[in-house]
Amino acid sequence: MTEEHIIGKSVPRKEGRDKVTGAARYIDDMTMPGMLYGATVRSQIPRGVIKRISFDPQFEWSEFVVVTAQDIPGKNCIALIGDDQPCLADGKVNHPEEPILLLAHADPHFLRKAVDAISIEYEPLPALFTIEDSERCSQIIWGMDNTLKTFLIAKGDVDSVWAKADYIVEGEYTTGAQEQLYIENNGVIAAFDREQGITVWGSLQCPYYIHKALMALCNLPAEKIRVVQAETGGAFGGKEDYPSIIAGHAALLAMKSGRPVKIVYDRLEDMTATTKRHPSRTRHRTAVGKDGKILGGEIDFTIDGGAYATLSSVVLSRGTIHAGGPYYWPNIRIRGKAVATNTPPHGAFRGFGAPQSLFAMERHMDRIAQAVGLSPVEIRRRNFLKPGETTTTEQTIREEIDLGKLLDRALELSDYTAKKTRFAQENAVGPIKKGMGIAAFLHGAGFTGSGERYLASVVGVEGCADGNGTVRVLVSSTEFGQGTNTVLCQIAAEALNLPYEDVRIAQPDTNQVPNSGPTVASRTAMVVGSLVRSAALGLKQTLIAGGTIGSSYSPEEFRAACRRHIAEHGQLRSYARYETPEGVFWDDEKYRGEAYASFAWAIYVAEVAVDLSTYSARVEDFVALQEVGKVLHPVLAKGQIAGGVAQGIGFALYEKVIWQNGRMQNGQMTNYIMPTSADLPPIRIFFEEMGNVHGAYGAKGIGELPMDGPAPAIVNAIEDALGTRFDSVPLLPEDIFEAVGASGKR
Amino acid sequence: MSHSTENRGKDRSKDDRGKCVLSLTVNGKPETVRVYPMERLLDVLRQELGLTGAKEGCGEGECGSCSVLMDGELVNSCLIPALQAAGTNLTTIEGLAEGPQLSTLQAAFLECGGAQCGICTPGMILASWHLLNKTTEPTLEDIREGLSGNLCRCTGYMQIVEAVVQAARRRASA
Repeated sequence: MTEEHIIGKSVPRKEGRDKVTGAARYIDDMTMPGMLYGATVRSQIPRGVIKRISFDPQFEWSEFVVVTAQDIPGKNCIALIGDDQPCLADGKVNHPEEPILLLAHADPHFLRKAVDAISIEYEPLPALFTIEDSERCSQIIWGMDNTLKTFLIAKGDVDSVWAKADYIVEGEYTTGAQEQLYIENNGVIAAFDREQGITVWGSLQCPYYIHKALMALCNLPAEKIRVVQAETGGAFGGKEDYPSIIAGHAALLAMKSGRPVKIVYDRLEDMTATTKRHPSRTRHRTAVGKDGKILGGEIDFTIDGGAYATLSSVVLSRGTIHAGGPYYWPNIRIRGKAVATNTPPHGAFRGFGAPQSLFAMERHMDRIAQAVGLSPVEIRRRNFLKPGETTTTEQTIREEIDLGKLLDRALELSDYTAKKTRFAQENAVGPIKKGMGIAAFLHGAGFTGSGERYLASVVGVEGCADGNGTVRVLVSSTEFGQGTNTVLCQIAAEALNLPYEDVRIAQPDTNQVPNSGPTVASRTAMVVGSLVRSAALGLKQTLIAGGTIGSSYSPEEFRAACRRHIAEHGQLRSYARYETPEGVFWDDEKYRGEAYASFAWAIYVAEVAVDLSTYSARVEDFVALQEVGKVLHPVLAKGQIAGGVAQGIGFALYEKVIWQNGRMQNGQMTNYIMPTSADLPPIRIFFEEMGNVHGAYGAKGIGELPMDGPAPAIVNAIEDALGTRFDSVPLLPEDIFEAVGASGKR
Repeated sequence: MSHSTENRGKDRSKDDRGKCVLSLTVNGKPETVRVYPMERLLDVLRQELGLTGAKEGCGEGECGSCSVLMDGELVNSCLIPALQAAGTNLTTIEGLAEGPQLSTLQAAFLECGGAQCGICTPGMILASWHLLNKTTEPTLEDIREGLSGNLCRCTGYMQIVEAVVQAARRRASA
């Protein structure tokens, strides 16, 4: 293989210039002639029957467009996996902020007044707000028993291990909801035309999810729905499923009014009404030998899905599969369960269930270390998965990963041993207590199990005759900061041996690009990137076969060949479709087999200082070492890790959703606190590179991985500093105060 | 229910009652517009002047996405009533590049990975501009403190800080 000329280089971000000059156009920067503004009237109660909707007779309603569930031309649902979530509540509500009615007006000034001029009378019903409430089944709010989904992973014979165990270690760990807090709120514009149907422009991750949802909602055929992604100001999963709802609302208003309708949420509406990370509870019971080796165990992983099923089944799947961490379990039984509560549905957020179950696993490893009398380092080292061993789903590790070596390097980079010794002495005096914490973890890239096979993504690469560039990448994969545009262009340029500047990427538009799947699950660089490479090579083959270029060519010759081909044949396009690699086996029934095409591996080390005069914990140093296959673009890759670690630090120490009757009470940036530049430590990022056969040029998924490790590493460090157990995140100063006070250590 | 849409909307311009004249200088160019006295400066910039580089992230002065420079001081334009800007000299992100030539700071953001999703970028660059105008050789601490009023959810701030360091170095050697 020849040396790569663009892969591995930090070329300028494709849309970067527009972003630093303010020229990039986000949805709220766009207007259309005759455009109306839309607003949503939402439920004020968590659960009940709608008795009456009254419009203030003093108010001038004739200028408003009003849409209710009765105006829906198709099925009143948000089509996703199941169809249980209504687009507009019809007769009953199941969570606070559930959309009931839509309004539009040419002047947004009047919208707020109109929303206030509508009063809704309810007959309230008892509501459930926690996992425990839901499990008690005092009310049945979903299905037969409030259970949205269950999974069972079983390996070996767990029941036989307890008698042989030298230690049995138990623990229960919980994590709270977390807001994605993209800085650009959700927003769309929808337009309707009888001939062309509906067009939606929006801030979104998955154009084809919306396409599918609008077909069902509006009762229109595929060719009459067009979805276009505008520049998107952050997403993190928060714009995976929710945009189908806001797009549905704007589309209904546009169909009824015949005019374009813009809906852009303000921060409070976005925070209180849209999705968050699933709160979780994980119970561990582990049998351990006297040498510290895990003999087997049981894990019960439960997440709170909110009022409707939405994506909970897939979040649960990933969380369940990751629950055993990067360790070898000869015997294990993992029960995953998602339950319904009367809160807005929880949804996708970077990590997708794995940060929750891995928090539990990595806290529990420290607990096991204490029980056995080994160090946190040694307990992990003795249980790491090795090549040839199998994961909890009995997937054989074929990569030459050496987690022990990765751990050694992380300890060295963080100066772990020396600092731990020093802190133990220094902590004896003064109010500042310091500690070191480790998290070891893995993250599977791409859709789980048979997911990629069902998706069957298609990617196109097009040769162009115009002056804008030689080649255009055609994918529905979206850019929302992570670098999709740049990395996919790099891959195409590399495959075609063209300068990076000669490749551009089409705006995601369902009328223009094939369905390359959703931009989720850390699948873009690895799965879609591979398809871009195949399609690019196909394009080159076409030109070589046509005799217009030889096997080596200059960019000018390539351009001339494209022009000639297009003049003769009309267009020059090459497509590639996903095919399951050979030897990949997955059993959806037994939840056994190759869960992921590849795993990324990581060891994170946190140094934390707790000030016992204020009870605040501060991360002072953070080492993030990971193996993610080939690093395609060092600047972007580091940006992904640093951003994920920052969100992980927020998840651990700052970001607490305060619930009251199922509604978020602190839905503003003033009272829901995310880390600022002054709060974060230096995040020191290191990569190990190991080839991976599945990804383009050896890349694996990277985006979600860094969300998994910070919370357990930080809480492990806090326990190291204070000697007090903490089993929950977020861990705010008041929580530390309470626990330290209770243990009498103040 | 809350919609901070009170002061938005171009279509209102047909009805000019209650509006007053606002004259100010934006990116070196004198501008006169008719505005409601309590209209937010952010909306005037975005809707009346078509300068959409300033963004609304929170509408309450917390995130800094709407940052602009007013007579050289960094302000959250979502908190400034339009009339308070009368007679002032404003700089927005659109005023930083000279023609096709990016400013040192913009080029550094592009090169170092300081912009990911880009929504905080205009405000972040203006906050950095303000910082470098006050402190030519900022320490890492100065930068972290100086940018702490501007929230970024993508980068973890590392590459933003790097960009400011690089721009300061280039300015010093220019």
